[in-house]
Amino acid sequence: MSAHHQLLAAGLDLAYGDRQIVSALDLTLPPGKLTVIVGANACGKSTLLRGLARLLTPTRGAVYLDGKPIHQLPTREVATVLGVLPQSPIAPDAISVVDLVGRGRYPHQGWFRRWTPEDDAAVADALAATDTTDLADRPVDELSGGQRRRVWIAMALAQETDVLLLDEPTTFLDINHQVEVLDLLTDLVKQRGRTVVVVLHDLNLACRYADHLVAMKSGKIIAEGRPVAVMTEEVVEDVFGMTSRIVLDPVSNTPMIVPIGRHHAEQTVT
Amino acid sequence: MTTTTADITRIVAVRRAAATRRQGVAAGLILALLAAFAMALYLGDYPVAAQGIIQSLLSPLTGLADRGVDFIVLQVRLPRAVLAILAGASFALAGIIFQTLLRNPLASPDIIGIAHGASASAVFCIIILGWSGLAVSLGAFAGAVLTALTIYLLAWRNGVTAFRVVLIGIGMAAMLAAVISYLFTRARLNEVQQAMAWLVGSLNAARPADSIVLGGAMLVLVPLMIALLRGLDAMELGDDTARALGAKVETTRLGLMLVAVGFAAFATAAVGPVGFVAFVSGPLARSLLKGAGRGFLQAALVGALVMLVSDLVAQHLLPTVQLPVGVVTGACGALFLLWLLMASGRSGRVN
Repeated sequence: MSAHHQLLAAGLDLAYGDRQIVSALDLTLPPGKLTVIVGANACGKSTLLRGLARLLTPTRGAVYLDGKPIHQLPTREVATVLGVLPQSPIAPDAISVVDLVGRGRYPHQGWFRRWTPEDDAAVADALAATDTTDLADRPVDELSGGQRRRVWIAMALAQETDVLLLDEPTTFLDINHQVEVLDLLTDLVKQRGRTVVVVLHDLNLACRYADHLVAMKSGKIIAEGRPVAVMTEEVVEDVFGMTSRIVLDPVSNTPMIVPIGRHHAEQTVT
Repeated sequence: MTTTTADITRIVAVRRAAATRRQGVAAGLILALLAAFAMALYLGDYPVAAQGIIQSLLSPLTGLADRGVDFIVLQVRLPRAVLAILAGASFALAGIIFQTLLRNPLASPDIIGIAHGASASAVFCIIILGWSGLAVSLGAFAGAVLTALTIYLLAWRNGVTAFRVVLIGIGMAAMLAAVISYLFTRARLNEVQQAMAWLVGSLNAARPADSIVLGGAMLVLVPLMIALLRGLDAMELGDDTARALGAKVETTRLGLMLVAVGFAAFATAAVGPVGFVAFVSGPLARSLLKGAGRGFLQAALVGALVMLVSDLVAQHLLPTVQLPVGVVTGACGALFLLWLLMASGRSGRVN
């Protein structure tokens, strides 16, 4: 793997029309690590990911890739370094798995450089990594939700970028598939030294897999760092407005959040 | 996470199977088109033997002329068949570009009002301005471009969404249909006849000049389209994914829309708004391909074939009357539309 690429946001403001979503946000993504962004609905975590991925132009501040403002770099050049999997990508009707995953090779091709054996190898590699080789000739719209999500991740992998941003790659998946996807992303980080950034809903899985955890609220970062340092009862209260107890995950020794609702509030005083 | 050569071989095999299917479908369509073309040259009120047709086609080279046969073959049947092929392919490409860009089989130019714009403009030229011939074609061309532009501007809201274009297009179509009706109420009988003939769409008046204008336009539009097509690889996955893959989304979309409007406008100017060819060709080609590709080439071939065969049916179905080709494509296309709506109603995927 080549030297790590560096992605950071400085004084970032992001907005949809007049509606300000992210304000004055600074974030440096540790290279070669798995960063997980968590926060309540509408806290701006997906918007931040879109901003980092240059899919949304900042109203103030900037995102820098290797020290250069990402919006001023040629978009195709960025696409060879930075891969993005949006929350709900669209598969054309009847497209096959191989065809869809092959689209990830788009930034590596051009007018005169069409499909090459290198592209075949990248697609095969991406399918093997996501355990979808057996689905190669199947139409994407006939796959199950979990299979489809893995195929989309394979598409992003085929892009062979050093940095990979994924928006809620585990949503709507069964728990076993959620763990599979996060295991796969961890493999990418540990075995291939990629920098991976994921938006996740599940706090316990986030704590278990994250090297670097970012907790967001109302477009701002409340806390960031190692999960054990970030995920305290105060932060959960602040971010989600919910009381909780933090215990140690018996499997991974990472923080595990036990939520406390109204009906159980009194029993917690032991 | 290790990739074996078997994995790579598998990928290559799957890709090759898809390529073989694409080529097979294209080859089959070309054969069918050649057969239909031969029939178009052969069939007619004035019987000409196959040998005579070949001799006639080669007469510019061989110098062996037979005035009567040459006139029938070279001045009547050949221009008509060539124009049918060119117009059919143009309509089909216009249709499949819109359908792919807007991700909706209903989004072809003959449904979202672009054909209606050409019609309303042509009827205006005939009835109010008293024009005829090439001038009407120019008017139709301007009408198509102007309507497309209006739809695009009305649908624009920080970018163009497919659904807005389809809805606004259908609204425009209804409004333009009202304009046409109003113009008819103000017209004299012979003007109505002339306008109606234009509106149905017909190859009865096909002249070599029509093919030259349309062919020339296609010589410009087809390379432009091919240059822009690569961007569709990314854009078919949604705007965000396309941008993430490094595609220039707005440029590609606007460019392809202009090319599609060009195809639709030139074809409509040449033969009138022949219904449903733009609409059916793409979906038909894709159902032949079964997911093996996007099928632009195959759609163009299907369009040419549909147009040519429909014109043959229109000419020879009734012994005494020549129907305009638009009557045949309209009848078949309407059935196809119903089938599509019912099929997509079941799977819930109209947009």
